[in-house]
Amino acid sequence: MTQEFILETRGLTKEFRGFTAVDDVNLKVREGHIHALIGPNGAGKTTVFNLLTKFLPPTRGEILYRGKPITRMKANEIARLGLVRSFQISAVFGHMTALENVRVALQRKLGTSFHFWKPERSLDHLNDRAMELLDEVGLAEYADVLTVEMPYGRKRALEVATTLALEPTMMLLDEPTQGMGAEDVDRIVELIRRVSRGRTVLMVEHNLSVVSRLCDRITVLARGAVLAEGSYQEVSRNPQVREAYMGSDAAEEEASA
Amino acid sequence: MSATRTLTPAMKLRRKAKVRRNILYLVLLAIALVAPFVAYPVFLMKLLCFALFACAFNLLLGYAGLLSFGHAAFLATGGYFTGIMLASYPGLTPELGILIGTLASVVLGTLFGALAIRRQGIYFAMVTLALSQMMFFFFIQAPFTGGEDGLHGVPRGELFGIISLDNNINMYYFVLAVFLIGFAIIRRAVHSPYGQVLRAIRENEPRAVSLGYNVDAYKLVAFVLSAGLAGLAGSTKTVVFQLASLTDAHWHMSGEVILMTLLGGVGTLFGPLVGAGVVVSLQTQLAQSPLGNWVSVILGAIFVICVLSFRSGIVGEIQKVVKKNFK
Repeated sequence: MTQEFILETRGLTKEFRGFTAVDDVNLKVREGHIHALIGPNGAGKTTVFNLLTKFLPPTRGEILYRGKPITRMKANEIARLGLVRSFQISAVFGHMTALENVRVALQRKLGTSFHFWKPERSLDHLNDRAMELLDEVGLAEYADVLTVEMPYGRKRALEVATTLALEPTMMLLDEPTQGMGAEDVDRIVELIRRVSRGRTVLMVEHNLSVVSRLCDRITVLARGAVLAEGSYQEVSRNPQVREAYMGSDAAEEEASA
Repeated sequence: MSATRTLTPAMKLRRKAKVRRNILYLVLLAIALVAPFVAYPVFLMKLLCFALFACAFNLLLGYAGLLSFGHAAFLATGGYFTGIMLASYPGLTPELGILIGTLASVVLGTLFGALAIRRQGIYFAMVTLALSQMMFFFFIQAPFTGGEDGLHGVPRGELFGIISLDNNINMYYFVLAVFLIGFAIIRRAVHSPYGQVLRAIRENEPRAVSLGYNVDAYKLVAFVLSAGLAGLAGSTKTVVFQLASLTDAHWHMSGEVILMTLLGGVGTLFGPLVGAGVVVSLQTQLAQSPLGNWVSVILGAIFVICVLSFRSGIVGEIQKVVKKNFK
């Protein structure tokens, strides 16, 4: 094994009042991979995701980032380690322009974010970098548009630009193509492929065609536990996965295709 | 699109709007400077004190999205501390008395804020209400506040030891200066690097967390700023009226400032000023008329109408019209 694991969980478990949503999950994500977390509805994908990003505290188990435990850290602290998440519903700052959205991510590193006595102008030198990032995701012409007025697919692209502003080593994407038309899906897939260079990506995704096109490795969850793990080919051949995830009809279709 | 020296067209437009805004500021300042020769100065001072109080409250509700139902505690704490200091130490100049009162509110705000921001929404409001009620009963019981009678005969004294504030015109300009300082602090805070993060938190808190911001710390700063400025308003009011009383500590006062802010326009810089103007004028006018006993009912009715038909408040609605027609 030459590649190290950037993110690892050991016996990760989450119980809600006697209901075990996540059951003893051991997940290993390799550095540089695009890793997908898939599974049928209610499999616990989003819960795992929220545990990894510290939006939920685990009942048991450990989370390691680059071999160091981050189980007890706060959500905002892991962002400072370079572990940045996105959200299922596009997470943007609605009544700020696209440029301001990106800039608010850039400004943290200045260390002036508590300076309520400084003018907003002191942030203007970040505008160039913010424009570059917007350009990178194809949003340059939206720079001055209030985010609430942008189409859905563009909001997701903006979210990616904002995430990139933090120069994350690892991105955690929660259903990045959810609720999108085919054209937007293609655009986002390309975008993810492009921005994942030199980074690790862990994504929860429903859309199997997206997963097959993008991902190096796939973990299948069912009823809170890991059902299978491997490449898309390996996983899609697994009969248990076909039954649990795709349903028998879809599995046959997939096999004949 | 080139990314060099980025000043987008919308930014240039905003700069132009800034010039127009500066003209508006100058006109308002001119009115404020002439006002005491036209209207009754004590009424104007009362108005300015409440306007500052409402602006401070608006910083928290409008820009941090936190609804405090206990802001009377900070108004009263500022007032009582200033009153006690000025009454007990005759050598103390009024500006120092006001500074002490303001600091007391800052300390109390830090304490209450640290407790309250752990909760969100209605629970946050309830915690602030409970804490401010605690202060209310403290002020009744404490031996140095004059209990139900309040603290009377606070000397206005001499500003910097030179200018007598017993003259209402002098007093007015001093209050105006205090208001302008408070307003400038709020305006700057809203348009600062800090203000940007605060906006982001109000717009989408989980996202701000995921970008690495410790949102509780930002909320606490907003709470303390707001409490301090509310204290400044209370302190100044005590010097004007030479009185600190339980009225300021009562939860009615916490409700009134919400009314002023919503009526004028929450999240707008001038909204609270207009709201305070409307409420204070109505109270003063109605108190002298046969409808004196109906003040609360009338204010309540106005509040209902405001919430039902023009939710963004007076200034908020005006801004909408301006935006629609001048774009």
